[in-house]
Amino acid sequence: MIKEFIQGLSITAKHLLPGHSTTVEYPKVKLKPSERFRGLHRLVPEQDHEKCVACYLCATACPAKCITIEADEDESGRKYPTVYQIDLLRCIFCGYCVEACPVEAIEMTGEYELANLKREDFTYTKERLLK
Amino acid sequence: MPEMLSLSNDPILFIAVMLTKILSVFIVVVLIVAYATYAERKIIGRMQTRLGPTMTGPLGLLQPIADGLKLFFKEDIIPSQASKVAFVLAPMMILVPAFITVGVIPFGGDIVIRGYTVPLQIADLNVGILYIIAMAGLGVYGIVLAGWSSNNKYSLIGGVRAAAQVISYELAAGLSIVAVFMLAETLSLRGIVEAQSGSILNWYVFSQPLAFCLFFITSIAEINRTPFDLPEAETELVSGFCTEYSSMKYALFFMAEYANMVVIAALISTLFLGGPAGPFPGVINILIKVFGFMFIFIWMRATFPRVRYDQLMFMGWKVFLPLALLNIVITGVVIIL
Repeated sequence: MIKEFIQGLSITAKHLLPGHSTTVEYPKVKLKPSERFRGLHRLVPEQDHEKCVACYLCATACPAKCITIEADEDESGRKYPTVYQIDLLRCIFCGYCVEACPVEAIEMTGEYELANLKREDFTYTKERLLK
Repeated sequence: MPEMLSLSNDPILFIAVMLTKILSVFIVVVLIVAYATYAERKIIGRMQTRLGPTMTGPLGLLQPIADGLKLFFKEDIIPSQASKVAFVLAPMMILVPAFITVGVIPFGGDIVIRGYTVPLQIADLNVGILYIIAMAGLGVYGIVLAGWSSNNKYSLIGGVRAAAQVISYELAAGLSIVAVFMLAETLSLRGIVEAQSGSILNWYVFSQPLAFCLFFITSIAEINRTPFDLPEAETELVSGFCTEYSSMKYALFFMAEYANMVVIAALISTLFLGGPAGPFPGVINILIKVFGFMFIFIWMRATFPRVRYDQLMFMGWKVFLPLALLNIVITGVVIIL
């Protein structure tokens, strides 16, 4: 019994030595998320416009129904979204939209600091998603 | 040796010296209590591979002050079904015995002021140990009262557990130090320190190792520290006897817990480690010993899980009490031979 007590005490004493802390002091030190991390969405741009062809597959695949798309055609007959909005308050970051997209026009970035002060700021419009 | 300073030979100086001693001891104990909370959070954090407080001030050093301010400005809630007088009285009843116990602990050798000897001890009671045990017994009334007056089942169970625990362990703690004053032939703490003076080998930790271990463990149980913190076992009793307390009243419970730790550490140092004896000036020696014991208390809290209630009772009555009695018998036999 005494042996176990000493064993336990020595483990805690060992952890007391410097260099055993696993804490990351967050605002000062930031962890870099992995390549496959599912953070904020990004619409992939292509020359002067977005890659998106407004096929609605992402909005259909979305289990949280957070994607709003309004489609239109430009003068050359290319279909494009006039409105492309993601409501981050509803988004569950499942990545199904990325999987569903046939032209790889949407992807997920490592951006995870998504806190905001106003409700409206959580609605990411096309312009914000293209950045 | 000059005459001892007393109320009869120089009343004004006596009162001035007394007030200085009381104030300085009180301030030092309060500071230790405040920074013990910080040290505890830091050390336990490190032991659990965390960092502990880092944000308030450099290295989080202002954390105790921030905590105190926060608790001070919190709303003070008294449950409508509580017994008001007892509810308000309980935290004070727990804190006062913890603080006044420090009064009999010698924290240094004698010094000479204006031709009079002044002992560095607030009061040298000739029944010092008895007084300390009495105050430890009184402290539990605060817990029981808090548990009962909150009118909450968790508080009540916490209070009843505290009573049962303190009764069981007070016996063993008291009996284990009987062996010490059998050797010292005095109950006065000053006398006990004198009896251990001279060589380091005169410390009672060497002649009474069993009593030392018993007193150490039982006094942890008496001040309700982990692994014997059953009165406030979070897993089953929410927060035990202080469930209903908030604001400054809660802070008083907290302070009492740490003040008790300081007192017990100082007491063990005095009884078994020669009190202020050692290589440095007296005050520093006893502070080193107190901090050492505080560290061990914190270390144990970070390491050991809480004992089960039946294990607690089993250890108190069937292990520690017989061992303490056996120790008295052995000590007696050795003294007679």
